[in-house]
Amino acid sequence: MSTGTVAKPSAAPKKAGRRKLTWPWILLIVAAGLVLFSLVRVISGADDLTSVGQVSGALQLAIPIGLAGLGGLWSERAGVVNIGLEGMMVLGTWFGAWAGYQWGPWTGVVVGLLGGAIGGLLHAIITVTFNVNHIVSGVAINILAVGFTQYLSNFTFGEAEGGSSKQSPRIDPITDITVPGLSDWLMDLQQKHWFLISDIAGILGGLVTNLSLLTVVAILLVPATWWVLWRTAFGLRLRSCGENPVAAESLGVNVYKYKYIAVTMSGALAGLGGAFLAIVSTGIYQEGQTGGRGYIGLAAMIFGNWMPGGMALGAGLFGFTDSLKIRGGAENVHALLLLVAILLVLAAAWQLYKKKYVPAVIAAVFAVGFFLWYALTDQVPSQFVDAAPYITTLLVLALSAQRLRMPKADGLPYRKGQGK
Amino acid sequence: MMKIDKDKLLIGAAGPVLALVSSFVLTMLVLLATGLDPIEPIQLMIENAGYADIQVLIINQTGIYYLAALAVAIGFRMNLFNIGVDGQYRLAAMLSAVVGASVELPGPLHILLIVVVAALTGAFWAGIAGILKTTRGVSEVVSTIMLNAIATSLIAWLILPKNLGVQPEGSNDLTTGEIAESGWFPGIDMGQGNGEIYGFTFVALALGVVYWFTLNRTRFGFDLRATGESESAAQASGVDAKRMILTSMLISGGLAGLSGMPTLLGDTHTYSLSFPVGVGFTAITIALLGRNNPVGILFAALLFAFLDKASSSLDVEGYPKEITQIMQGIIVIAVVVSYELVRRYGTRRQQQKVGEELAAGGAIKTDKEVSA
Repeated sequence: MSTGTVAKPSAAPKKAGRRKLTWPWILLIVAAGLVLFSLVRVISGADDLTSVGQVSGALQLAIPIGLAGLGGLWSERAGVVNIGLEGMMVLGTWFGAWAGYQWGPWTGVVVGLLGGAIGGLLHAIITVTFNVNHIVSGVAINILAVGFTQYLSNFTFGEAEGGSSKQSPRIDPITDITVPGLSDWLMDLQQKHWFLISDIAGILGGLVTNLSLLTVVAILLVPATWWVLWRTAFGLRLRSCGENPVAAESLGVNVYKYKYIAVTMSGALAGLGGAFLAIVSTGIYQEGQTGGRGYIGLAAMIFGNWMPGGMALGAGLFGFTDSLKIRGGAENVHALLLLVAILLVLAAAWQLYKKKYVPAVIAAVFAVGFFLWYALTDQVPSQFVDAAPYITTLLVLALSAQRLRMPKADGLPYRKGQGK
Repeated sequence: MMKIDKDKLLIGAAGPVLALVSSFVLTMLVLLATGLDPIEPIQLMIENAGYADIQVLIINQTGIYYLAALAVAIGFRMNLFNIGVDGQYRLAAMLSAVVGASVELPGPLHILLIVVVAALTGAFWAGIAGILKTTRGVSEVVSTIMLNAIATSLIAWLILPKNLGVQPEGSNDLTTGEIAESGWFPGIDMGQGNGEIYGFTFVALALGVVYWFTLNRTRFGFDLRATGESESAAQASGVDAKRMILTSMLISGGLAGLSGMPTLLGDTHTYSLSFPVGVGFTAITIALLGRNNPVGILFAALLFAFLDKASSSLDVEGYPKEITQIMQGIIVIAVVVSYELVRRYGTRRQQQKVGEELAAGGAIKTDKEVSA
């Protein structure tokens, strides 16, 4: 038997295995992850890892990233690469704050969303109608959005009471909900630091404590996107524009229209993410507030293989690392080194079981490295924590770029009648 | 023959002209919409550019932009988007500053060492993206964006006093320590307190000539352009496309690394947290505006340097100087859109012309047939 014939069947079941990622499996993986996490917490004594504050902080930081990622998903599913997400987010923060401090937070949310949508519409005009390279247009929108908002701030926030040309006056907060009773009980339970039970309590507690209504809306947008894009005729047509626009056109789909809708929607979602940053996260607009979250959102989307669930997972991961750092996480992040080491040991064992010796050895070496890092130091420099989401994304891309599948016509130019 | 060339020339010039005119009009509209005089800021900027000290600033900035834009352009010619020029530029400036400050060598050697370290660092950082693309198929757009962010964190960590950084007394700014005077690139003093033109600006111009020569007059340049036009066709004619991708990414990174040199060797002599950022992103715009052509890029760099430096006094006159950033954004969009429109018009015109010629030929034929 030649190696070629061996390789083929071994690749096929793997693919089938990936497709069989059903709910019981997902729950099992989540449970295993929790046990591992809990173990690391108990060993390292970093009890803040799964505290209520940590989890609710992570959630709040994940939302803007997730909304930007959802925006990227809409646009790329229709075949338009959108690196202008960052700029659209900037528009969202500015417009959200501008309307928010004058007419209340919810108006701010709507106006921020519209501001982002304008950015999206511009991207659609440039890329769809004029067929300009998507990346070029995205870069231009990022430059333009920053210049435009800084310019306008001089006339609006600069003259308003309590504001300056760099930041807006304070915006009224959106109602927070805390489930009475339940939240306190979970917090008590978490503070007992029992193995596993306290961790679950902490995570659940984080999800029901000080939950902004906008957070709830944002979380619901993930399943809503999935439903619209994968379960409706509209979504099928939209995705067909990203996979094969010529074929879609031959079936009577107005490709331009769908691309316009998708990219505008993409801008609106990024704008909503920006509005969330200004209104919920900080209650104020500050220059440079987005801090590259649009790009991280894009990374989260790629991390999640252009699917809403995976994207949400990526955003959650990035939000968690952010939150670790903000909560003085030198100790917490240090504990995570142990987690990474254990994961690498598991990976090495798995590769060994698969008889792939080279990757196994590499994983083992890295595992030892992380163990040593954990054992020999007391904390991790916060700058490394900053870089963690980006390094993770690069690693995920490097290890699985061949297995990730982006929409087939993503980023390619398309003109009506091209297929004739 | 002559006539076709004229057409080509006209169409070639139409793009930039259309872009500049429409972006000026749009900027005026923005100014009008915010209740400001649309003409005066531009007048003020042109007036500013008349002062010798501002001219020196503009020329110096042009050199920096020129190098960074060449880095972007060489990628563009290869159909590669090196969005990471900014990260490569910052990391290279930082590490070369560290090396430069830690050694003392006789003049030219010291400078050479710093420049080589900068080019190698830039090339290394871009090379990561190149290797990820050639071996793992990772899009260079995403990986360079990630590498930009990683560079930011890495620099923030490296510049801590416990690592490579130095904190000057009585200052909050972290630096990498001063480079000894033997490592300063001599500039041209313009006298009367007008400042110095960085010597490295001339190196930048020379590199522009090298860029032109390499791309248009060497086998390598031909291969590079061919791969950019069609990877599969180039591969079929015996070009190793993967090697070309890696090589051009390395060259692009090296140039990006050099673009920090005018400032480092001519002005600051140290890398600090206040070192200019965002040069790499502006460079993308400049490369586009200059159509990846070394002369075009020079004019584009000059224009952007003018917008940057001549706007400094607008604030004093009551005009927000962010207007220039809006202009830069509008210029990019106007440029790409008008190039596309001109290209479409050109194609249509060509088709029409051929059609007319064919029709005319047909008419002669029918005439002949009639007379016969």
